[in-house]
Amino acid sequence: MDDKLGKGTSLDGLPRSRPIRVLVAKPGLDGHDRGAKVVARALRDAGMEVIYTGLRQTPELIAEAALDEDVDVVGLSSLSGAHRALFPRVVEELRRRGLDDVVVIGGGIIPAGDVPALLEAGVAAIFGPGSSTSAIAEFVRKAVPTSSGGQ
Amino acid sequence: MTDEKETGPRAAAREARERWESETLGKTLARFPEREQRFETMSGLERGRLYAPDDLEASGHDYLRDEGFPGEFPYTRGIQPTMFRGRLWTMRQYAGFGSAAETNRRFRYLLEQGQTGLSVAFDLPTQIGYDSDDPLAAGEVGKVGVAIDSLADLEVLFDGIPLADVSTSMTINSPAAVLLAMYAVLAEKQGAPLDKLSGTVQNDILKEYVARGTYIFPPAPSMRLVTDLFAYCAERLPAWNSISISGYHIREAGSTAVQEVAFTLANGVAYVKAAMEAGLDIDAFGPRLSFFFNSHIDFLEEVAKFRAARRLWARLMRDRFGAKDPRSWMLRFHTQTAGSSLTAQQPLNNVVRTTLEALAAVLGGTQSLHTNSYDEALSLPTEEAVRVALRTQQIIGHESGVADTVDPLGGSYLIESLTDRIEAGALRYIEEIDRLGGAVAAIEKGFIQREIEDSAYRHQRLVEEGKRTVVGVNAYEITGEKLPSLLEVDQEVGRRQRELLAGVKSRRDQVAVRARLDALRGAATSPGEPLMPRIVEAVREYATLGEICGVLREVFGEYTPSVGL
Repeated sequence: MDDKLGKGTSLDGLPRSRPIRVLVAKPGLDGHDRGAKVVARALRDAGMEVIYTGLRQTPELIAEAALDEDVDVVGLSSLSGAHRALFPRVVEELRRRGLDDVVVIGGGIIPAGDVPALLEAGVAAIFGPGSSTSAIAEFVRKAVPTSSGGQ
Repeated sequence: MTDEKETGPRAAAREARERWESETLGKTLARFPEREQRFETMSGLERGRLYAPDDLEASGHDYLRDEGFPGEFPYTRGIQPTMFRGRLWTMRQYAGFGSAAETNRRFRYLLEQGQTGLSVAFDLPTQIGYDSDDPLAAGEVGKVGVAIDSLADLEVLFDGIPLADVSTSMTINSPAAVLLAMYAVLAEKQGAPLDKLSGTVQNDILKEYVARGTYIFPPAPSMRLVTDLFAYCAERLPAWNSISISGYHIREAGSTAVQEVAFTLANGVAYVKAAMEAGLDIDAFGPRLSFFFNSHIDFLEEVAKFRAARRLWARLMRDRFGAKDPRSWMLRFHTQTAGSSLTAQQPLNNVVRTTLEALAAVLGGTQSLHTNSYDEALSLPTEEAVRVALRTQQIIGHESGVADTVDPLGGSYLIESLTDRIEAGALRYIEEIDRLGGAVAAIEKGFIQREIEDSAYRHQRLVEEGKRTVVGVNAYEITGEKLPSLLEVDQEVGRRQRELLAGVKSRRDQVAVRARLDALRGAATSPGEPLMPRIVEAVREYATLGEICGVLREVFGEYTPSVGL
């Protein structure tokens, strides 16, 4: 029942009042977490509720955490080249758990040639090196539905 | 104390400066204000308008005590008396991707191009002690480095490369003992004498907890593995660097220059104490400790940083730990230019950044150097990009002339002032870490991680607020730029590596492998028992990295960091 309404809507159909909830996750074995931590902190400073998973998460663990934490957005970071294999699997695991409207974004060292396939697989946007955290926050605000009219 | 009227050249210099400030400078400032109220280095240290003799005098700088002569304590001006007049630094490009065979081809290419040492990048499963067929290795095999599962892969990696004639650096930490054991067994097979083997294993677990992330075991057994390797090298591989205490990744994670020196040397202090507690003589392992620093884009601050690190380590080793052998006092270091200073936008600009950073490393007296390739904010480097990076070093070494005089910036009022301030700042941090119980305790409390994260966030804010300019990122941007062609790592490498591994496992003597792994388990469960000899015996029978680390995981457990933001 609840998921049919969408996360942007409260049960009485009025616009959401809770802050946007974001899970920042590091899939795979990559240990570069400077970007993930900076983005997490910037989104928190932008008024969102942010949970950081820490390193070495499998797609299953990330999807479970997204479910448990009831997040609107999952932000993935990888600088090891494993994004091609891992980002689509995170999307799959989220969908398998019925989290169809969770927005997935990604960042890291991701060659431009890889981006179309990731978007095709259901990643909403890729933010490469040099992206500003305010642009990421703005994207998240627009991507997460904020009123029932958006459904 | 300054009440008494001073006379002589010093007083004259100070008076002259005051006159210059009030007359010449004052007039200009009145008409043309400066660009900033306060100029700062990347680390937030104040960058003064002008440095003159009276600045050094005011801070009590003493030439003989604080600079001295190259090749002598405190080594501020360099660890050798002739530095690059004798021999240029070792040009050592970090390389590795895909399979051992592919990386072997890149190594041979680099040696043909005039590179003078090898540096192996391992893939993440290897660095975290998993074989290529482990489910956790999915998608990661051969990606950021070469996949090594057993001695068989190392044989292919160094095919046609005589280990007696090259120096090899291996960026390997938690499983350092396993890779060093494989290297030693391969050297034996090639007939290379072990006491002549030259190279380095990174073996620096503490910075993995704070910055790089390829830890396996908790701190206590990890420190046992580190000092066990020190003991093995002291006995069997006397020319091998048993550790490379690394600030590089601390800096990449966002620290300042002062924090880089401080946290690296604080980790060094922790290793020295652990080895002494394990009963090793400081002068038996001290000369084989080596370091690894970042060279970032703030040129003058970086030159000063290297000099400050050298002086501070010499003082710590001699005065705090009582090392007697001058080789224990010398901070020898490798440098890599700053990956995090590279931009994905207008990538050719990175050639210029890397040149400045490489120049700072040379002027700072590095022993070896890796220059990044211009395309590394986008992907692993192509052969062409790697060649330009290596040529950058060759141009600095052979054309620019900077290598022909020892410590050419020594005596610069600014450089000496910055060197003094960086050393003092780093020492304050080390004292604070001592009060927290040392580097291991400071890491467990999250102190070092928080300090680095705060600096990283501060840098990001400054860039986004436009207070720190990054050309091509927040200024001088262009649209619709054409990106360079990138290196494609074969996506099939994982499958092929799993087949190779299955082949190795089917051909080896399974009974012998079991016996060697059991012997290792026995040694690991007995505190104080040496581990390296058992690991050497296991790799000789083609026990895999994952099997050996698996045994150690059973005995030692795994490290789980506390996650906080």
